[in-house]
Amino acid sequence: MEEVREQVISLPRLGEPAPAFEAVTTHGVLKLEDFKGSWLILFSHPADFTPVCTTEFIAFAEIFPELQKRGVELIGLSVDSVSSHIAWVRNVEEKTGTKIPFPIIADLNKEVSFAYGMVHPGQSKTETVRCVFVIDPNQLIRTILYYPLTTGRNMDEILRIVDALQTTDKDAVATPANWRPGDMVVVPPPKTQEAAEERVKQGYECVDWYLCRKKL
Amino acid sequence: MACISSDGKPTESGTKMLRALKSGLSSAEEIAKNAGLPLFRVRSGLRELAEAGLAMEKGNKYELSGEGAKLTD
Repeated sequence: MEEVREQVISLPRLGEPAPAFEAVTTHGVLKLEDFKGSWLILFSHPADFTPVCTTEFIAFAEIFPELQKRGVELIGLSVDSVSSHIAWVRNVEEKTGTKIPFPIIADLNKEVSFAYGMVHPGQSKTETVRCVFVIDPNQLIRTILYYPLTTGRNMDEILRIVDALQTTDKDAVATPANWRPGDMVVVPPPKTQEAAEERVKQGYECVDWYLCRKKL
Repeated sequence: MACISSDGKPTESGTKMLRALKSGLSSAEEIAKNAGLPLFRVRSGLRELAEAGLAMEKGNKYELSGEGAKLTD
């Protein structure tokens, strides 16, 4: 009789602690806890020395100063070796003049990739897809993005997400569709009838009691 | 290894951390500020220096070991 083996992989979810790791990187052995107190973007790419990944690394390096201004650290990951990572970042710098300033995890045994659900066999059984995990200073997962192998990520959106999350934390508000810093924010919906009645008297710009905006 | 090179000697960032320890700084936060290094690098670097016997961890603080002190003379 044929034995059926089913592997259950639990994926990280928003609001839950980011899975701990200790990994070899291009900046030495790093643990997730080394980043405690900072925002962290952990992203995976399919492979070194590939075209879309190279454009993404240049783009991540370009937004790195903006991330630093926001108190965000950045760390990449693929299942390539640390020697491959070093050779690739040196080649990128030599050919394009862009220095890669952030560490890259060499996840040869896929330990981190599996813990974060970065391998999607429908896309590739051997490589990680293009994942982005935004992790807050308390090491909770706040945003997860998955992009397929063929689609490079949008750096503006990654910065926008960081701005939105940090605004939410600072001002206890939500951000509407296509929000950008400086735009009006959404006041959280009232939880009681009394609060709903109060809401419309508070000078917010309201479509109705459940959708009110304000300036920060 | 980020703070110790393959010949066992401290790298530039490792030397910065050892000097910061010698100056009396003991926490990763203080050393990161003083050495102008990212906090995560200092946390992992201090761990590495301790594993190499160049620093000693006491709670969340670090101090130079005898071997580490020799390298900063």
